[in-house]
Amino acid sequence: MKVVRISIIGFGAVGQGVARSILAKKEFLNDQGIDLCVVGIADSGGCTVDNQGIDLNSALEKKKQTGTIAAGRESVFELISNIEHEIVVEATPTNIENGEPGLSNMLAAFKSGKHIVTSNKGPLALRFSELKEAAEDNGVLFRYEATVGGAVPIFNLIHEDLAGNTVLGIEGILNGTTNYILTRMAEERLPYELVLKEAQELGIAETDPTYDVEGIDSACKLVIIANSVFGKNATYRDVKVTGITKITPEALELASKNNYVVKLVCEAGNGNLTVAPRLVPKRHPLAVGGTLNVASIMTDLAGRITISGKGAGSVETASSILSDILYLVKNS
Amino acid sequence: MIVSMTLELKDIPGQLVLALSPISELHGNIMSVVHQHEEKTPRGTIPVQITFEIDQRVLDELIERLENSGVKVARVGEERLRSSVSVVLIGHIVHSDIGDTIDKIDSTGFAEVVDLSLSMPAIEKTSSAYLVINAVGEKELKKSLETLREVANKKDLLMIEPIRPNSGGA
Repeated sequence: MKVVRISIIGFGAVGQGVARSILAKKEFLNDQGIDLCVVGIADSGGCTVDNQGIDLNSALEKKKQTGTIAAGRESVFELISNIEHEIVVEATPTNIENGEPGLSNMLAAFKSGKHIVTSNKGPLALRFSELKEAAEDNGVLFRYEATVGGAVPIFNLIHEDLAGNTVLGIEGILNGTTNYILTRMAEERLPYELVLKEAQELGIAETDPTYDVEGIDSACKLVIIANSVFGKNATYRDVKVTGITKITPEALELASKNNYVVKLVCEAGNGNLTVAPRLVPKRHPLAVGGTLNVASIMTDLAGRITISGKGAGSVETASSILSDILYLVKNS
Repeated sequence: MIVSMTLELKDIPGQLVLALSPISELHGNIMSVVHQHEEKTPRGTIPVQITFEIDQRVLDELIERLENSGVKVARVGEERLRSSVSVVLIGHIVHSDIGDTIDKIDSTGFAEVVDLSLSMPAIEKTSSAYLVINAVGEKELKKSLETLREVANKKDLLMIEPIRPNSGGA
């Protein structure tokens, strides 16, 4: 049995999803000779550490009861740097102002020789090349499938499965909230404000929806794609962004009469990075509805490959994280 | 110039070659041929639609050669605006002078607004429009979109463009 020790930094929806998935998949992984042992968990309240492996059921229960898993006296930095383990799962919330606390967590992990698996977009949208270099300098790996498209495996698809292809361009819908809003507006002929409220009540949109509806979240994901796939050194400020707040139900109706839907489309290619509402033919593979995400990758050899799936959610995001963890287990 | 022609062929073998060879003899570039074998005319002939690019100066010569070989030329038309794009505009479209917006495209000489649907839900609300622009070619279509982008920007209109036509392969 190969025992791989993991810490989970950030114990919100994503971190808890990772814990649940590790629990749910224990036997499945054991059958493959893999034992994922979580030796440390951190949230904004503090840390809990157990070199023998934390009982994830009680950790989840404690988080539910008390709101934090804080137990020991270690700081997050000490947990990452001083506790022996192989993989740090960085799942703190995205901050696009300065990338913290994720950025410091990732750099600390690399410095102490640990691999990073992350769902946190902020540090990657701001300092991608610096992080990549830090990982290389320390001889560790940096995996970030969960940062873009939730469960949809965009980076692994491009870097592993399509290896050998040159990617000519990528288009996608990378934000489920705006896709939900546009889909509902078109279907029900309701104004933007009303559908936004509905989305907020359903927990699909945040109380402050700015990041989503102004296209900032989409722009961050597009930047990560540009950096990872096209080797750019872009930040989200390099993206030309137009949000969806001005879109009217009448515009969607006019588009629909002419066999189009309106989607917030991210586009990378020809040196340009844009996020803007676009007309998409109704039968086009990019025309996915609801909260779905989709990415369409144009390559020189394989032609066009389009994948779609769930772009958010605790377990869905954990699926990408688990996939990255298992990549590391098998390749390091 | 690009020409679209409707020819009427006799319903006997070898007629299509008879119709096409004068075009290539005069260095025309045939772009499409639609042969409607099932739709005979009352005269018993078979209509064929041909689109091709040819030097304007030899067009009369071509028609003469076709007629001389027994092919009836039923219709000749210039296909001027071949490229087309749909765009949605949102904002104060009417009050920012929609006539001027359309004029900016039409006055290019190579593109025209050929369709416009407008929706104005209430006086104080923003209106939405669906436009179709045709242009003589893809390059000109791009230029006309740039023009419209500038106008939309100046008039504070949100312009929604289609995704690139070659994407998706649908």
